[in-house]
Amino acid sequence: MAGADAVGGERLMPALEAAAIHARLRARFGDAIGDLAGTRRDNMCATLAPAKIVEVCRFLKTEPGLEFDCLSNLSGVDYPKRSVIQVVYNLYSYPHRHLFTLKVDTPRDNPVVPTLSGLWSHADWQEREVFDLLGVVFEGHPDLRRILMPEDWPGHPLRKDFVEPEEYHGISTSRESLLKA
Amino acid sequence: MGLAGFEVEVQRETRDGGLATEDMTLSMGPQHPSTHGVLRFVVRADGEVMKEAIPDIGYLHRSIEKIAEKVGWHGFMPYTDRVDYVAAMPCNQGWAMAAERLASIEVPKRGEYCRVIATEFSRIHSHLLSVGSMAMDIGAYTPFTHAIREREYINDLLEELCGARLTFHYMRIGGVGWDLPPAWRDKALAYIKRFEPLIDEFNDLISWNKIYTERLANVAVVSARDAIDYNLVGPNLRGSGVKYDVRRDEPYSVYPDFDFDIPVGRGEMGTVGDCFDRYIVRIREMKESCKIVRQCLEKLPGGPVIAKVPRNFKPPAGDCYVRLESARGDMGWYVVSDGTAFPYRCKIRTGSFAAISIVPKVSRNLMIADLIAVIASLDLVAPEIDR
Repeated sequence: MAGADAVGGERLMPALEAAAIHARLRARFGDAIGDLAGTRRDNMCATLAPAKIVEVCRFLKTEPGLEFDCLSNLSGVDYPKRSVIQVVYNLYSYPHRHLFTLKVDTPRDNPVVPTLSGLWSHADWQEREVFDLLGVVFEGHPDLRRILMPEDWPGHPLRKDFVEPEEYHGISTSRESLLKA
Repeated sequence: MGLAGFEVEVQRETRDGGLATEDMTLSMGPQHPSTHGVLRFVVRADGEVMKEAIPDIGYLHRSIEKIAEKVGWHGFMPYTDRVDYVAAMPCNQGWAMAAERLASIEVPKRGEYCRVIATEFSRIHSHLLSVGSMAMDIGAYTPFTHAIREREYINDLLEELCGARLTFHYMRIGGVGWDLPPAWRDKALAYIKRFEPLIDEFNDLISWNKIYTERLANVAVVSARDAIDYNLVGPNLRGSGVKYDVRRDEPYSVYPDFDFDIPVGRGEMGTVGDCFDRYIVRIREMKESCKIVRQCLEKLPGGPVIAKVPRNFKPPAGDCYVRLESARGDMGWYVVSDGTAFPYRCKIRTGSFAAISIVPKVSRNLMIADLIAVIASLDLVAPEIDR
C-alpha cells in the first residue's frame, strides 16, 4: 500500500476536490449516496443510510486515488425535531491531503449504526464516546462500554432532552448560588 | 476483566505438579505522579512484564461539550482554556476559528500575528513541561527544574500579555483581547535569544544521557501506519516518521508567512517511532517555535487586533470542521450552529484522546516501569482526554 511511504517521504499524490470524490462515490454506489452538500472545503459532505456505511468507508479507504487512511473525527449530533441522531464522520487522507465528510441519520428511539472499528482503530474509542454521550449503539463493536461517564450513569448527557439527576450516589449535582444575598 | 477494583485474577495452572503462577492485576492511578492528571490504568502483569494495560479515563470529565450548548458563543471561550490547561492558547484559537469560519469573519492581520505568537509560546511551555516531566518520570530530577524555570519565564510573558498564567482567555471571536503591551516585543525577543541556547544545554544535560536514551530507545515502537490508523497526531505522529504538520499541510492563520522546519523521528537511538523519537521531536519543535515567534515579532504589522463582532453573536446555521496544530497536534473542532445565540453542538477531538487509545497495543509485553515512559512520551494530558 502506498500509504505509509508516501507520507513518510514527500511523495504526495494529487488531492481531489470534494465534488470529484462525491462523483466517484455516486459512480460506485448510485443513489445510496445523498447529494453533495456543504459550502466550504471543510464541510463538504454526503448523507447515506446506516446500512451502507461500512461498505462505503471500505471503498473510500482502499480505492486507489481516494485512500482515506485516517478517520479524523467521529461525532454525534442529536436532532430531536427531526427525531434522529446524526453520526458525522470526518475522513482524511494523508497521502492525498484531501478530506470528506459522511453523515448518517439514525432514529432517535433506536439508534443503531454498524461499527467502523474494523476499518480504522481510532473508531473504537470514538464510537464508545458517542455511545456514552448520545446512546448510539454501534453494532459489532468489540467493546462497547461507557468511556467518560461512570458505568452506572443514567441516560446519555449530550441528548438535548437529558435531565441531570439530582444526585449521584448521595452527592448533590447542584449547589445554591453563592451570590445570593 | 472488570475495571472496578483491585480484584486479583488467579490463574492456577499446575502443569505436572509445577509451581502455580498467578497474573497480578494492578491498579495504577488515578492519583499517580506519572499520569500527569488523574487517569488510571488497570495492568495485568506476569511479574514485572505487562500482559495488558487498559486505560480507564473519565476522571476529569467536566462535560465541556455540553457546557458549550448552554453558555453561548462568546461565553464558551474561557471554558476552552480548561480543555487543555497545559497549552490553553491553541484551544482558544480553535474555538475562535470555528466561530469565525461559521460566520465568515476575517481576523485583522495583526490579530492573527498576536495569535501565532501566543500559540507558539504556549507550545514551547507545554513542550517544556512534557520533556521536563518525562525526564523526571524516568528518574532524572534536575532537568525538570530547568524546564520549569524556563516555563516560569514564559508564564511571566504571557501573564503580561493577557493577565493569566495558565488559563489565558486571550483570544476572542474575531481576534485577540488585547494588543501587545508596551515594550513586550523587546522582552519577548530577548527571551527567545536567551532560550534558544538553553535547548542545547538541556540536550547536553539529559537528551544524550546514556541511561536516559537506553530507557527510551526501542520502547513502544509505533509504526507510521499504526499511527495514522489510531489517528495519532502532532509530535506522536511525527515521531513515527510522518512529516505532517497542520500548520504547513492544512495552512491556517498566517503560518504560510513563516519559514520553519518540521522535525520527524529518525530512529537515532533505536527504531523510528520509539519513545526517544517522540521525545526528541518535541525538543526540536521548541526551536522551530522560537523561529516562528522571532519572525512573527519582526514582521509584526500594524492595525487593529480584533474585528468588529456583534455582542449578540449568531452565526448562520451550518457546521464546520476546524483543525489546528495544538501542542499535542492536530486538534479538531466539529461545531454545529443552528443560527441561534447558542452553539448547537461542539465536539472537540483532541490529540491525547487518540494517543491514550494506543497504549493497550504498544504496552503489551513491556515492563511495568516502561509504561511510565510510554505515558510520558505520548504526552498524555488528562483534561484533554476527558474534556
